[in-house]
Amino acid sequence: MSEVAVLQKDQEFLTFTLGEENYALDILTVKEIRGYESVTKIANAPPFIKGVINLRGDIVPIVDLRIKFNVGTATYDEFTIVIVLHIHNRIVGIVVDGVSDVVSLNKDQLRPPPNFGVAFDSRYLLGLATINEQMIILVDINELISSDEMGLFSTSDKISE
Amino acid sequence: MSIDMKQFHSVFFDESQEHLDEMEHLLLDLDTQNPDVEQLNTIFRAAHSVKGGSGIFGFDALGSVTHIMESLLDNVRQGKLAINPQMVDLFLSSVDVLKGILDSYKSNSEIDWPSANKICERLEAVTHHKEVATESDIEGFGFFAEAAINDIEDGFGFFSDPVLPSAEDAYGFFDDAAPSELKLSATKKSKKIVSKKIAASPAENSESANLKAADLKPVIIPKEHASEDISRKDTVVDSGQKDIPRNPAVKPKSQEAVSVENSSIRVDVTKVDQLINLVGEIVITQSMLNLIGQSIDGALGEKFQSVAAELERNTREIQEAVMSIRMLPVSFVFNRFPRVVRDLSTKLGKSIDLIIEGGDTELDKGLTEKLVDPLTHLVRNSIDHGIESLEVRADRNKNPTGTVVLKAAQQGGSIVISISDDGGGLSRTKILAKAQEKNIPVAENPSDADVWQLIFAPGFSTADQITDVSGRGVGLDVVKRNVQSLGGRIDIESQEGIGATFTIRLPLTLAIVDGMCVSVGDQTFIIPLVNIIESMQPLEKDIKTLAGDDQLLLVRDQYWPILPLYKAMQLEPNFKEAHKGIAVLIEANKHKFALFVDALVGQQQVVIKSLEQHYKRVQGVAGATIMGDGSVALILDVESLAVTANPHTLLHAS
Repeated sequence: MSEVAVLQKDQEFLTFTLGEENYALDILTVKEIRGYESVTKIANAPPFIKGVINLRGDIVPIVDLRIKFNVGTATYDEFTIVIVLHIHNRIVGIVVDGVSDVVSLNKDQLRPPPNFGVAFDSRYLLGLATINEQMIILVDINELISSDEMGLFSTSDKISE
Repeated sequence: MSIDMKQFHSVFFDESQEHLDEMEHLLLDLDTQNPDVEQLNTIFRAAHSVKGGSGIFGFDALGSVTHIMESLLDNVRQGKLAINPQMVDLFLSSVDVLKGILDSYKSNSEIDWPSANKICERLEAVTHHKEVATESDIEGFGFFAEAAINDIEDGFGFFSDPVLPSAEDAYGFFDDAAPSELKLSATKKSKKIVSKKIAASPAENSESANLKAADLKPVIIPKEHASEDISRKDTVVDSGQKDIPRNPAVKPKSQEAVSVENSSIRVDVTKVDQLINLVGEIVITQSMLNLIGQSIDGALGEKFQSVAAELERNTREIQEAVMSIRMLPVSFVFNRFPRVVRDLSTKLGKSIDLIIEGGDTELDKGLTEKLVDPLTHLVRNSIDHGIESLEVRADRNKNPTGTVVLKAAQQGGSIVISISDDGGGLSRTKILAKAQEKNIPVAENPSDADVWQLIFAPGFSTADQITDVSGRGVGLDVVKRNVQSLGGRIDIESQEGIGATFTIRLPLTLAIVDGMCVSVGDQTFIIPLVNIIESMQPLEKDIKTLAGDDQLLLVRDQYWPILPLYKAMQLEPNFKEAHKGIAVLIEANKHKFALFVDALVGQQQVVIKSLEQHYKRVQGVAGATIMGDGSVALILDVESLAVTANPHTLLHAS
């Protein structure tokens, strides 16, 4: 399902920060961006799954990527941002340190991802890009969120998809 | 033809299911002595529509069975063949086979070819028998003429069928028709006549069919965009041409299409659910708005409140209207029972009348689907165990024909469905003796109601002999569990020698549950009210500690294991000592335990939301709901909580 993997022409990405690093994800997967609100905790969930919130009637899980990838400090205040994603017909919210910009990138601007040095496993990366002398790491968000590592989708769901 | 046919599959499945149900229903109604031509036509059309669709989608198994059925029905319909009860039986079993095949296609599983072939042979035996007679009468040619008519009708029916959109598809249909007929011949071990038919059909007949179809097109196209008066005109025209044999088939078809299109639309259930969700949100936003309105003072506040009240009324009405979309008449479930009763009574040699009342009572779609199994079991039960055999009934001076009454009604916030029979009723002495034999503890001098509940124990049967009717399917314990899982309960009334009534009470919709809100730390949980026996603040002296951390609570001479909810949910509670909080005594299926929580918040109806839709199943949690302030509260699944808790200390409910 990584239709983003090959960038045909200009494609828009939403950039966000985790700790000191700049990341970007395909803007078409973004449903909305909202502030962090208190969650309902879920038993037996790993610490990076903060719990669930009510998103206009849908019960949506919230994942803190800062805890998951051990970057930055997981503090929650009125400036904490949740990016609500729509992935494989499911809705998931991810907590990040901040969202910065929407950038348009094409294939030529893309460099292959490094095998080390970023918090994400290179499987979940599309590549690197430089904008305004800043390095941006492009995340394959579909792949990341639906990965077993995140444990958001039970295995049976993925088989049926 | 590069259209992706898959997108039409689900529509075809739904429609075929409806056609098959309709066929079954009509076959049961059919008076074999004096068959109603209109009914026969409708049955024929139903078979025909299924066949047409299966041809297009390449569902050969469906196509081959319906094809033979259709030819046979056509003969009956045209009065060439008299219908008899055996044929009705044969048609009914064909419908069963077709339903099986349809399910296989739906679930992409292996098709039961042997049973399909068998039913083909049986149907063909009847057709063939008849056709031999025709042949000897009219010498050969009669047969070919008939085959030709059938094939023309295929093409014709195809075009007039509203589901099947483009002329392009028609060729696909004819392509398919030939192979499916070949298959038939294979099953029939090359009967001479059949092979002749194959030789005859593809070439000349399809050509003539195409011609016919072309002729008919101008008439049919307006029908598809059906306005009623156009079809009326058609009716007039058609009845004027009654001597042309095929036209009667055309007329009712267009009427059917029109009436179906006018009375209902087919909407994806998820769309309706989405609507229900959104309306639920409006209701919550509305209550927030009211809250804000109360804090505004002065003239503006008054104005605001009156407008808010108006909005509240409107939202409630919208909510009710939207909820009603999901409601189906309970007759969707009830309509299958005439068949069940017919089959069973024949099998058991009993004569039984089934009376259905309140079939138009509306019920949530989810509920109707889940009611089928328990109801079927109870009806079978009434017929097998309830209604006595003819001899016994004669001895007891009863009407030899037993009566089973299926009744549905709405009472307040619940739906009551009852199954009553005028049979022998439950035998108190027999049940008590059986309970003793099975070592099921019974209170002294139990009330009748308590005794009747015993029959819901697993493995309990007082039938003197086990028949294949009662031996099959689910036991009464499963019936009870099914009903409970729908949030309902089941009661029995019985008088020995006079009859028994099983009453099922269900909430109006699956989506709402009566719950008790409890709090642990800063989180709120909902416990379904049906599982709660009582709540109490336990005294320190009643709490006994076992080896380890396990605690027991003594309530009226019984020890209840204590399950602290904060441990199960991994939360930080306000109180860790059980006597400071509240113990909720819970009974779930086979387990009894005391759930220890911080406090009771209150009782309320909550709307169940799925946690699995965007996350996954969580142990101990049945779902989630949205509270009045917009926050999420988890609904506890007490049964799985009990299992995760402490299996060895759990009391087994007696």
